[in-house]
This record gives sequence, C-alpha cells and structure tokens, in this order.
Amino acid sequence: MVSLARVSAGRGSDLGLKVAGIAVALLLVELCTRSGLLPERWFPPAGEIYAEFFRLAGGRPLWVEIGRTLLGWATGLGLGAVLAVPIGMALGSSRTAYRLSRVVIEFCRPVPPVALIPLTVLVYGTDLQTKTFLVAFAVFWPMLFQTIYGVQDVDPVAIDTARAYGLGTFARFRTVVLPSATPYIATGLRISSSIALILAITEELVVGTPGLGRAIIVAQSAGDPTRMYALIIATGLLGWALNAAFGALERRVLSWHPAQRQEVAR
Amino acid sequence: MTRTAIGTAAGGRTRPAAGGGTRRWGRALRLLALQLVVPVVLLAGIWWWTGQAGSFYFPPASEVARYFADLWLFERVGGDVLPSLGRMFAGYAIAVVVGMVLGTALGLSRLLRTAADPVVQFLRALPPPALIPFALLLFGAGDWSKVFIIALGTVWPILLNTIDGVRGVESQLLDAARSFQIPAGARLTRIVLPAATPRIFAGMRTSLSIAIILMVVSEMVASDNGIGYFVLESQRSFAIPEMWTGIVLLGVLGFVLNWLFVVMEARVLFWHRGLKGNSDA
Repeated sequence: MVSLARVSAGRGSDLGLKVAGIAVALLLVELCTRSGLLPERWFPPAGEIYAEFFRLAGGRPLWVEIGRTLLGWATGLGLGAVLAVPIGMALGSSRTAYRLSRVVIEFCRPVPPVALIPLTVLVYGTDLQTKTFLVAFAVFWPMLFQTIYGVQDVDPVAIDTARAYGLGTFARFRTVVLPSATPYIATGLRISSSIALILAITEELVVGTPGLGRAIIVAQSAGDPTRMYALIIATGLLGWALNAAFGALERRVLSWHPAQRQEVAR
Repeated sequence: MTRTAIGTAAGGRTRPAAGGGTRRWGRALRLLALQLVVPVVLLAGIWWWTGQAGSFYFPPASEVARYFADLWLFERVGGDVLPSLGRMFAGYAIAVVVGMVLGTALGLSRLLRTAADPVVQFLRALPPPALIPFALLLFGAGDWSKVFIIALGTVWPILLNTIDGVRGVESQLLDAARSFQIPAGARLTRIVLPAATPRIFAGMRTSLSIAIILMVVSEMVASDNGIGYFVLESQRSFAIPEMWTGIVLLGVLGFVLNWLFVVMEARVLFWHRGLKGNSDA
C-alpha cells in the first residue's frame, strides 16, 4: 500500500539537528523577505507574521474558524468511513460481490472529487452539507480499498482454525476477520484524514463556506498579507497535528500485531 | 492473493481440475459478463431516470451527451483542455524531478534527513490549496502560479517514498558493491535507484491524483481558461448540461490518466512484478 511513512524516528540526540533544521528554514524565509528578493508589499518580514500568528492564536476568532473547518472535516470523514467500512467488508468477503462492483469502483475512484464542487453547490447550497458531502466522497475510496485489502488479507489458517473449532460465521467475523482488518482501517483513516482536510479547505476557498480556507481568501482580498500568512501557518499546524494524532492512533492499533503485519507488508 | 489461493483450493475439490480449452474460455466470458452487468444496468438506469425525471439539476443524459459532443469534440480542446493538461504535466514533472533528487539526497544522508524532518512534516501537512493565495501574490494569475501549486502539492508523496525506497536498499547489496570497488556514482544509478523505483512509482501514483485535483482547484480560484474554470463558470451561469459535460470530462480524464500510469508502471517495473511473483492472477 502507498504509505506516507514517517521519515525518521529520531530520538534525543536528533533534537538538536531538528531544531537546527527549523532555524535554517526560518532564517532563509527571513533573509528572502529582508533582502527584498520578494517584494515587501506582499511579503512582510517573517517576524511580523509570527507576531500576528501568536496574536491570532491568543484570540477567539481563529479558534472559531478552526472549529468550523474541523466540523466539516469530522462529519465528512465520519460519513465516508461509516459508508465505506461495511461496504468494504462485504466486498472483501464475497468474491462475487467484488467482481460485480469492480468496474464501477475502478471507474469512480479516479474521479477528482473537486469536479463535483459545482454540482454540490447547486444541490446543497453553500453550507456544511456541501463540505460534508465533498469530504465524504473523497474519503470513501481510500477507506473502501483499505477495508477490502484488510479483509482479503486475513490469514487463511486462522479462518480454517476458527472453522475447525466450530465457530459460526458471525463469531469468525468478530474474532478473526475484524481484528485482523483493523490495522488496515486505521491506516485508511490516517490517509483519509489529510485528504479530508485538503477537501475541507478547498471547499472553503472555492465555495466560501466559513472556515480557515475562507479566512485566508478574505485576508488576501482585504490586502492583509500578514494575516494571510499567519492563517496559512495555522492551517499547516492543524494538518500536522491531525497527522500526528492519527499516526499515534495507528501505532497503537498496530502494536499488538507487529510481526504479522510486517509479513503482509512484504 | 491469499483469497485466490483459498478459492481455487476449494474449487478444486468440487470441480475437475483440468477443464480443457473451451471450458476455460467459457469461464472467462462468464467472468467478463459478471463484471459488466452492474455498469450496464447502472448506465441504463441513469439514462432512463434522468430522461423522465425532468429535474433541473440532473438533465437527461442524452442531452448531456449531445452537449458533450458539441463542446469537447473538439471545439474547446485547444482553449481549455490543453492549457489544463499542460499546466498539470509541467507541475507534475517538476515535482517528480525535485522529489527524486531531494529524496535521494535525504535518503542517503541521515544528517540531512533528521535536520529536514520537521520542515518536511510541516510542509507536507499543509493542505496545498491553502497556498493558492500565496502563489497568486508570487506569480500573478497566469500559468505559473498554477504550475507552482501543482508542483508544491505533488512533491511530498514522491519525496517521502523516494526517501523510504532509498533507505530500504538491502545493505548487503551495497556492501558487496563496495567490496567490488564500484564507484559511488555507479552504485547510485545501478543499485540504489533501481531498488527504490517501485516505491518512487507508488509515490508518483498518489501524486498523480493530487495533481488532477490541484489542476481543477487552481483553475476554479483564479483563471480565465481551463476545465475547472469552465465547470465553475457553467454552474454560475446555470448552464447545467454544460456543467455536467465538464464533470464527465474530468472523470474520464482522471480515469484515463490513471490507466496510462498503470500501463507505464507495468512496463517500467516488469522485473519487479516477476520477482515478487504477484502478477495479479
């Protein structure tokens, strides 16, 4: 599976290097703005942007915008997952169902979700429903495929053993299939969480539903680049925090089965 | 893979194993029919429903098809499709080159990798559309701001997968090459990069779908041509069948580009598929 794997798992002594890396990057940005390489009217000195960021972080409006973006992110991700996981389980456990639906799925999966923005705006207007639908559509496919792979990769010996011990279909599903597919679903959630954020921000930018994306556009058209960059930094930190949270969740879910999962990954 | 194994094992018990040519052909045909039943029924259903529903938002499929032929075969291809695809491929090509070069450097050097980690993590977590206003300030509303956004958004999966691929090269291979005194340049091009190629392709495939998304979004926010611009403008002027043709075109483009990529990947990585034995039976 495609994995945006953690680049490195540095500890302790690496901390100095990481801090140095961040410092060099910040210094480069500062140099670009101070030296006039970027026109100052549109690219205020980095120091001012950080000051604006901390001022915003201390006030309430930024958190309201973050809350609005996160609400769309959560409803869309939830809806997508609730639809995709059961369907993925069904398609993963029945070869006939998989074959019947394969062409439709393979055709729908590469459709860019943003192509549906105009249609969704017509049908749902410019509120939360639009955001939820777009996020759910985008998230549905990775969740579906992760679930199908997870169910198909269940150890056949484990299934046979459960059958030999006389476990019924439902008990087999609950004790063998579900636990063994869970790590795949967790990976799907991690991938989907960043896709969901991209779609939520995009929808706010294009359609104008309230949230971080719209706040960025508003700051830009109001001629306030300092605030715009501060908001972009806030968006990046939000994405980073979500990534970190889902990465931690995934490691927790994976932890009880590391050996077997490594086998499968090969 | 495992499921196929169970399936044939279970099937082997009930059915005679060697079926002969005609039986195998019959089975392949049945399989094909099985796969095509649902799409055909679905298409017929859509055609029938939109034809009799009289809905404003969902015009009859026949009408959409007629508009599609009028607009896209091939009147608007030069004005909208080619600029869109050109910008997308330019951004994607930049991302592939930058991602592979940087990724190889970061994969080979632990020092660089550790130092760059926080910055890379932050930039790749930043949703690329959030940078569209920044790109507009930097490059104006022309082609380059869109190429920039597409390159910036698609570079991360390629970069991270290249790093992982380069790091995943078996150390025995490298040790052997070193003891045969193969120079560093040849070690890189003959051992490290070929071994990393499957991972790089995995990253490129993820990036391709991101590139299509960003192509559309960048045209929706600020543009005067392109497919994304066309779709949004059609919606804003309530030209519903035209809007639908744009959506269908984007769907077809996404499908075709993905398919082309799979074909190319299979050609480049044929040695890998054979080696791993998962030739997708």
